Amino acid sequence: MSIPAIEIQGVRKAFRRRERESGAPWWKTAPKEKVALHELFLTVEAGGVTGILGPNGSGKSTLIRILATLLTPDAGAAKVFGLDVVADAAQVRRHVNRVSVEASFFKELSPWENMLYASRLYGGGSSGTREQVSEILERLGLPLDTLDQPMKQLSRGQQQKVAIARSFLTAPSLLLMDEPTTGLDPRSKKEVQSMLEMLRAERDVTVLLCTHDLDEAAALCDRVLMMDNGRVLADGTAAELCEAHGGATLEDVFMRLTGKAFAEEEEMAEVAT
Amino acid sequence: MSALSRHSELNALFGFAERSMHSVRRYWVWEVVWLFYSMVSVLSIGFLASGLGTLGAANESFDLHRAQLYLLIGSLLWGFLSLVFMEAAFAIAWERWEGTIEYTFMAPIRRVTHLMGICLFAIGYGLVRTFVVLLVAIAMFKLDFSRADIGAAVAVLAASTVPLVGLAIFTSVLPMVSPQKGEQMSYAVQGFLLLVSGVYYPLSVLPMPLQVAGYASPLTYALDGMRQSLLNGATLVDDLPSIGILLGMGALMIPAGVWVFGWAEKRAKRLGLLKRSG
Repeated sequence: MSIPAIEIQGVRKAFRRRERESGAPWWKTAPKEKVALHELFLTVEAGGVTGILGPNGSGKSTLIRILATLLTPDAGAAKVFGLDVVADAAQVRRHVNRVSVEASFFKELSPWENMLYASRLYGGGSSGTREQVSEILERLGLPLDTLDQPMKQLSRGQQQKVAIARSFLTAPSLLLMDEPTTGLDPRSKKEVQSMLEMLRAERDVTVLLCTHDLDEAAALCDRVLMMDNGRVLADGTAAELCEAHGGATLEDVFMRLTGKAFAEEEEMAEVAT
Repeated sequence: MSALSRHSELNALFGFAERSMHSVRRYWVWEVVWLFYSMVSVLSIGFLASGLGTLGAANESFDLHRAQLYLLIGSLLWGFLSLVFMEAAFAIAWERWEGTIEYTFMAPIRRVTHLMGICLFAIGYGLVRTFVVLLVAIAMFKLDFSRADIGAAVAVLAASTVPLVGLAIFTSVLPMVSPQKGEQMSYAVQGFLLLVSGVYYPLSVLPMPLQVAGYASPLTYALDGMRQSLLNGATLVDDLPSIGILLGMGALMIPAGVWVFGWAEKRAKRLGLLKRSG
């Protein structure tokens, strides 16, 4: 039996901070706890694209950060290819890379300088890397004359493509994509989605795709997990979820499970954050 | 550690320095401004000594040239130290600001490689900038090093970089502990070291509690050794006690700094402080 790409057993994560009650004096604060994940259980077999669908504040990014060894769970255990994300963090990092909603780069440096830096951190060097980077960026449809321009001069869509190229450069076995198309114009969004399809077809990589785009999840994911308030509400293929919950679309499924429209939930989460 | 992983760590170490060099190249106009600032700071200390002469401090027991050299050594070494401090704290704060710190922390490298990469660049860059300022100071004040043992002074400077790496790692912890105010906190640490380390005056003029703090500062021994060699011609053998103390402090401070950084990293991962919004 093969080792699952992701195995999560009862993971819980909460964030604590001190907050002032409305009307209380400025110096009087009380500790508040916001639970991001409630005892999550999840197994993802190697290969394919698994989508995590949920509005802002549903716990998607917290889950991604735990798997990327950037957050430690309060309870439970999370494993990547059989390696514990806390005890074996160094080994987990060899398998994982992440594309986040914000294309995080040194903005004054060029895509090439940023990619070279990433390559060095993963054991690569300058020899042959430029050719590799050019090839990846060309496939992603990024003009090569942008390679030596400062990142800040690139559009948001172009920056996101460089972020995806950076994750390809390190050849991860598990690619964590945290809302990679959020905020992109329709054309850039389409290009990133095409790239994901290409990735699914060509590479031996497991993709965990967090999104709040219902159509994107339906089109790209082999399996969809629907999350809200730190809990998994539903799990299956898009067709299975629609059938099981009697909805024509994933939006209908979400509404039936939570009693709220997805867009409405998004707005509420944005107000809360 | 296998040869392959040693190669990977060295590659990453170079990667941190290379990244910072690219940054210096991109921000070259600001680097010129900072170099000008360093020069102005050191030159004003040199002129302070000249000013003391005109204010009546020059008498038979007052050696103006010696006072000038004494203050300039302090000023140059302080400029070097504060630059290394600033670079180390800024490197982490910069990564937090750009949001790249999560990517750096996700990379399969040892934290000590990351920190050493930051500190080694900061020290190399600080040395180059301090050397340029030194050349300007020599030209401006016609400094006389005929009695100095330059080799011994260089040895003290080299030894002082060891505890300096430890101090710089401690400083880089601050932006991890407090994302908003950590970088500014490093200025408070710098200010205290300036007060107690005998940068511009001998430790003996300080009240006893501050003198005790001064004896715990590696900068005190670095300054003492360099002044002995540059002002009094102390040889390498004469400087061995200072060099020994500096190396001993470094041997304690580097592992302690890495340990404290590890604690701060664990805390940040527990509290969710690594993401850009803090």
